[in-house]
Amino acid sequence: MNTSIEEQIWLLLEEVKDPEVPVLSVLDLGIVRDVKVSDTEVPPLGGEGPKAAVSITITPTYSGCPAMDVISMDIRLKLIEKGYRNITIKQSLSPAWTTDWMTEEGKRKLKAYGIAPPNPKQQFCTTDMFREEAVQCPRCNSYHTELISEFGSTACKSMYRCLDCKEAFDYFKCH
Amino acid sequence: MSTRQLFAYVLQLADNALILGQRNAEWCGHGPVLEQDIAITNISLDLIGQARYLYQYAATLYNGFSVEEQHAVNALLPRPWKAFNRELQEDDLGMLREERQFLNLLITELPKGDWAQTTLRQFFFSAFQYLQYTQLQNSTDEQLAAIAEKSLKEVAYHLRWSSEWVIRLGDGTEESNRRITAALEELWMFTGEMFAPVAFETQAAQEGYGVDVASLKESWLNRVTTVFEEATLSIPKSTWAQSGGKEGKHTEHLGYLLTEMQYLQRTYPNAVW
Repeated sequence: MNTSIEEQIWLLLEEVKDPEVPVLSVLDLGIVRDVKVSDTEVPPLGGEGPKAAVSITITPTYSGCPAMDVISMDIRLKLIEKGYRNITIKQSLSPAWTTDWMTEEGKRKLKAYGIAPPNPKQQFCTTDMFREEAVQCPRCNSYHTELISEFGSTACKSMYRCLDCKEAFDYFKCH
Repeated sequence: MSTRQLFAYVLQLADNALILGQRNAEWCGHGPVLEQDIAITNISLDLIGQARYLYQYAATLYNGFSVEEQHAVNALLPRPWKAFNRELQEDDLGMLREERQFLNLLITELPKGDWAQTTLRQFFFSAFQYLQYTQLQNSTDEQLAAIAEKSLKEVAYHLRWSSEWVIRLGDGTEESNRRITAALEELWMFTGEMFAPVAFETQAAQEGYGVDVASLKESWLNRVTTVFEEATLSIPKSTWAQSGGKEGKHTEHLGYLLTEMQYLQRTYPNAVW
């Protein structure tokens, strides 16, 4: 039912960007878990636009990430702009979001933007201390890099320095 | 199932996260170096985010209670909210409850002290929270299990970061060792409370939605021992422990913390931005 509307919603979601990393769409991030469209008899305000109720489930990246509230609002605004009025945005915590859900296209865009994309999570998501992760410099592609700080300017990033080209860069840490 | 106990259990988890999050946030702009200022405030943000999920859940539970059930938790509800004539919300629970209504562990409310005290406290708490949330993922309560699953990944980073700091300071210079040894003397007697269950925790563990905290002590001590060996610190001999936080009996420090944290909501009730 409503496959065409559902397809349109997915296309619209591609236009909603992460406010902190604006090259990534919410689909690249892998935070959209579900899109449901159902018919509704209630016409939208103003009488124009699709007669559909849209329910979107997203999952938060980090518990305290302020971008999540902005993302929910941006999704809502994007749909309103296209005439949808009956919109529900739900948050789902389980299964917990992981950087493994980021698309390959998303990782490519991140790197082009100057942020090292996340390594596969099994490599590093542990409580073991003083482990050095092989993170590739997004500029010169060297693996000869070092950690500056495990926490960066946003919850999802840590700070690295390339020991070859000497540039400091952000790493979207595995989660 | 006793809904009163469940409500208290959720609040206790939330209060731990909020109060420690608030304490750590005091470092914002005051960290020893920029990177570590950002690290501790990131941890703060994670904890406050976790507190939000838990307060949201507590509010949802309350709003779905029967009149009798609501009456049973009356003592835990914020007084100003009762005049609002609307459903309970997350901010009411965090920003309008009084000191004696908070159920957080005493260790979370102690002053931030110096960097040694902050990182050692974070280490003790994260090592505990990591074990607690690992078990809570198996909770019979779906929402608690989901919150634990989500939060655990963040806690793993907190634990690793704070463990490294304990080692760095303990096995660092004479001065850093002196500082962390002093912090250890100050904090140790507040660690026992984590593993001493109060009535609502015992009930929670029995009914399967909560964690048997006493059973976590051995694993916690193992982690502490491993880190302390690297840090050239020894576990204090004293086993005397101060408790009371989970029953609303706090140190003098909590009142000051709440006064600052709750100022806005108390001065401008229902303010939003």
